Amino acid sequence: MKLLQAAQLIAGWRRPAHRPVSFTLGRGEILALAGPNGAGKSTLLAVLAGSGARVFSGDIFRAPNLRIGFQTQYLPPVAGVPLSGAELLALTGASPEGLPEPLAVCARRRLDKLSGGQRQYLALWAILQAPADLLLLDEPGNHLDKAGLASLPSVLRARAAQGAGIVLVSHDAELARACCDCLLSMEACND
Amino acid sequence: MIDFLPQLALFWRPCLTGALLALLLSLLGLYLRLRREYWAALAYGQLGAAGALGALALGLPHITGGLAFSLAVAGMKHWLEKCLPAEGLFPLFFIFGWSLGLLLTANLPGVERLGAALFEGQLYFAGIEMLCGAALALALGAFFLWRTGRFLLLARLFPAHFHAQGLPAWPVRAGFDLLAAASLALAVMSLGVMGAFALVFIPPWLAFAFAPGWRAALAVAPVLALFAYALAFVLALIYDQPFGPTLALVLGALALSGAVALRFAGRAEGGE
Repeated sequence: MKLLQAAQLIAGWRRPAHRPVSFTLGRGEILALAGPNGAGKSTLLAVLAGSGARVFSGDIFRAPNLRIGFQTQYLPPVAGVPLSGAELLALTGASPEGLPEPLAVCARRRLDKLSGGQRQYLALWAILQAPADLLLLDEPGNHLDKAGLASLPSVLRARAAQGAGIVLVSHDAELARACCDCLLSMEACND
Repeated sequence: MIDFLPQLALFWRPCLTGALLALLLSLLGLYLRLRREYWAALAYGQLGAAGALGALALGLPHITGGLAFSLAVAGMKHWLEKCLPAEGLFPLFFIFGWSLGLLLTANLPGVERLGAALFEGQLYFAGIEMLCGAALALALGAFFLWRTGRFLLLARLFPAHFHAQGLPAWPVRAGFDLLAAASLALAVMSLGVMGAFALVFIPPWLAFAFAPGWRAALAVAPVLALFAYALAFVLALIYDQPFGPTLALVLGALALSGAVALRFAGRAEGGE
């Protein structure tokens, strides 16, 4: 089933950020957006999420009643906030089932007492396991430790197997190769 | 020393009014702190005071004037955020409210007493209408926060996900602003500007420092607020002091005790 389609799409904030892109994403598929810094990958994600960025030309099709989960590169601002990992997951409706064992234990502690990597993994898990048909992930491997990075492809695959479509932005070519069905190379619009 | 017991019976209405407001303000303060908007407590309080004085000068009920003025400014906040840097908005509201309030007090005959009472806190004069207002505000506020608390947290911690999910934005913007403005304007009429601010600021600050999670913070802040409020009420009655400054002083002492405890807790944790 088709979840998302872009046809000759150009997105941007004040001006076009990238050259036209076209793709189709179905349930259970993972699409990676690759390209150098400034190629418009995060901007394209923002447009697909419907949050702020403008469509300059082309079309987007989203399946009706599409539930979207959107992870940005920014860590949730939890410094000083009394929020446990379990409460963070509950916020998005994510299930803690399947969390790697050390993180499952950490989830009972306050987030600001955890390491940056643990926090990032829990924040990523909160979006990844949220009830959603389409997941938009911007550099999900950022701040993760070796073990977290190693487990990421299987976690993404498992989520796709549950029926979610995933679009991810990553500079990590290995991650893209390990889990993506399709790779879209993007170029900045220099016009 | 025990003379205050009959007084306590005499002042049950003010006592209950303040207790209800203490609960409401401490809960509200948690979300204001989460949004880094605790300046709002001073801003809406001052605006409420200025509105009340203006209404009295015009021969209108001061509670209505305070609520209306504070709500009107809160309603404009979203629009003003587009024109001005967001971090300066509440200090600006505070400055306007403070200057308007003092100018009205200085220039209009008949409002000085109310002006002084608003800054000191006039809890002992709270009548049945203020008690009903506080009860209604607590009921509405608690219901609103119970229904939208998750959205307020989500919008703060995962703003992009919140928007992508298409969740209703008005409760976390205008809805919360209006609740904060109305609650603070109402609280200022009985607790005074600094008393209300201290209740919004200090119990949530301690709850943020000590609570192991959000649900615990939702319990810790109101308990601390009620404890400090009850102590201040009794002390103000025994020593015949104005209530607002007494409450602010008790809360300030509580904050200092908390800071010391936090320092020792930090040392103990570091030493493990």
